[in-house]
Amino acid sequence: MAYNVKEVAQKPDRLTGGHRMCAGCGAPVVVRNVLKALKPEDHAVIGSATGCLEVSTFIYPYTAWTDSFIHNAFENAAATISGAEAAYVAMKRKGKINGETKFIAFGGDGGTYDIGLQSLSGAMERGHDMVYVCYDNGAYMNTGIQRSSATPKYADTTTSPAGKKIPGKLQPRKDLTEVMANHHLPYVAQTALIGNMKDLYEKSEKAIYTPGPAFLNVLAPCPRGWRYNTPDLMEVSKMAVETCFWPLYEVIDGKYIINYKPKNKLPVKEFLKMQGRFKHLFKAGNEHMLEEIQQEVDRRWEALLRLAGEA
Amino acid sequence: MAIRERLSGNEATAIAMKQINPDVVAAFPITPSTEVPQYFASFVADGSVDTEFVAVESEHSAMSACIGAQAAGGRAMTATSANGLALMWELLYIAASSRLPIVMATINRALSGPINIHNDHSDAMGARDSGWIQLYSETNQEAYDNMLMAHRIAEHPDVMLPLMVCQDGFITSHAIENIDLLEDDKVKAFVGEYNPEHYLLNKENPIAVGPLDLQPYYFEHKKQQAEAMKNAKKVILDVSEEFYKLTGRKYGLFEEYKTDDADAVIVLINSTAGTAKYVADQYRAQGKKVGVIKIRVYRPFPVDEIAQALSKFKAVAVLDKADSFNAAGGPLFTDITSALYAKGIFGPKVINYIYGLGGRDVRTNDIEVVYNKLLEIAETGKLDSVYNYLGVRE
Repeated sequence: MAYNVKEVAQKPDRLTGGHRMCAGCGAPVVVRNVLKALKPEDHAVIGSATGCLEVSTFIYPYTAWTDSFIHNAFENAAATISGAEAAYVAMKRKGKINGETKFIAFGGDGGTYDIGLQSLSGAMERGHDMVYVCYDNGAYMNTGIQRSSATPKYADTTTSPAGKKIPGKLQPRKDLTEVMANHHLPYVAQTALIGNMKDLYEKSEKAIYTPGPAFLNVLAPCPRGWRYNTPDLMEVSKMAVETCFWPLYEVIDGKYIINYKPKNKLPVKEFLKMQGRFKHLFKAGNEHMLEEIQQEVDRRWEALLRLAGEA
Repeated sequence: MAIRERLSGNEATAIAMKQINPDVVAAFPITPSTEVPQYFASFVADGSVDTEFVAVESEHSAMSACIGAQAAGGRAMTATSANGLALMWELLYIAASSRLPIVMATINRALSGPINIHNDHSDAMGARDSGWIQLYSETNQEAYDNMLMAHRIAEHPDVMLPLMVCQDGFITSHAIENIDLLEDDKVKAFVGEYNPEHYLLNKENPIAVGPLDLQPYYFEHKKQQAEAMKNAKKVILDVSEEFYKLTGRKYGLFEEYKTDDADAVIVLINSTAGTAKYVADQYRAQGKKVGVIKIRVYRPFPVDEIAQALSKFKAVAVLDKADSFNAAGGPLFTDITSALYAKGIFGPKVINYIYGLGGRDVRTNDIEVVYNKLLEIAETGKLDSVYNYLGVRE
């Protein structure tokens, strides 16, 4: 079915308002749009790693989730949902339940790239019919902006502070989407909050309704950690894509498809300059760091073009 | 008629699990519990159970998957030992606080370090305050029987807590003994179906599990959890009585062996009880008034009953197959002396022995050392050393 923004917008939100996520945060926008891709008649069991999303949406005795929801711990959203999916398979076989239930786990980059990587890798390799969605905001935001392996090089975080001697995080960002693509899953995709959410919606639909394990990596800007103006959520997200810092692509049964190639690929500094975490890079004398980041973005983009057979 | 077999403790456990036919078994190999998921995987491969077997990548994920499966509305089981149990630690508490009656076979092994694959109780003893019910087993038969009773206890509406059935690694897990098995249909009828009131897969009534639970409610929820553990005692006794009517095998909170007129009694857990009973028989034949108390239910701790039972003896030795490293005795010892004090029972002289760590063999002459010491205390009323180690080279 072709994407129709009006129809999708009219679907009821399965993550209701009243939760306590910050204004200008990408994570709840990611969640609401992923869940819109569920067929209205399908039930979902949704898991979340410990993190902003969990502690802001399910504070006893309130929950913002209209589907069944489980939070277990920080590092095990994938294993937890894999267990729920296994119970579903067994109980369906025994005739104890009927109808369709879909299984979706959410985790931030801390709970996914770092502490939850083993649990994620295991669940995906075992082939459970589930989707894991990483909302990547590039640091441990819930505990107060500590660096993760998803934090971009030279970002200023509370555990990789930009100081007099050390200019922020010294290591480049882990490419988790590639790590998951190399699990040879039926469906892996990278997306962001762009335009009318067509890309996110369509990828979510494919991820949820492709049998077997699927992984979505969604860039989810954080106004506190990135230090952008809260109304600029969509703009900062757009710049990540237009600079090819965060390419939109999918890997279907091993085949790479780049979903968007900017006609005019913007310099990465256009993305960086919107964010306070990179402010120190724009001081005189730090041009080489900007240049280094640009080279890294170019190198990764060209590698992706080659994987997609476009270079 | 019961089925007479010869089985190892691990195989007996796996057969109990097969007869229970849970929805999900999620497990990871670790000596000496590895055989349990191995046997179970073969049942799955042969189609003799309806279970989804989830071969996870760690014990952390084993317990995480069990939590997901049980919350989803299924029966989830696992097995582990030592470091595997330690890796589950975080989730043990979450399973208990989420009131998920997961059942686990814990094949007791010394916890690293140093690494050692043999039996002691340092793994399960560390989990004693995690909110799990703990049943211990002297023999293969007891391990099997405890497993058949486990779901009835754990899933009781007044309880709803996870439960671990413990037995001694290698000593019972790998030793083959005669055993009486129940027929499959009798197990099925006894264990019954699991029909939870609330579960994730109930699309008519979706629920949310695992909230952020702050100052207004956390304390009340923990109190409810504590009440459930209290309630478990009566449920364990009721289920054990029903099991007795079915099988003729009687189980209580603990077993008293030749204690009626005893002066000196050893209190201990699991397979060494067999050795202690053997020595008690020999001492009784010599007219010495000795007995054995074997703890079956360690959590909930039978505080009233054990204090009452011990009140009539002159000298008691509590044997701990785990050290607490608190410079004040092992875990069973501190629980027992605390029970006696709280009940105002100051009659019996109570001493502690840490024994058998890392699988150090416990022989009849080790038990004799304990009885001889107790008989001396009983006669003289003098107590020179409370905290002791048995069978260690000094």
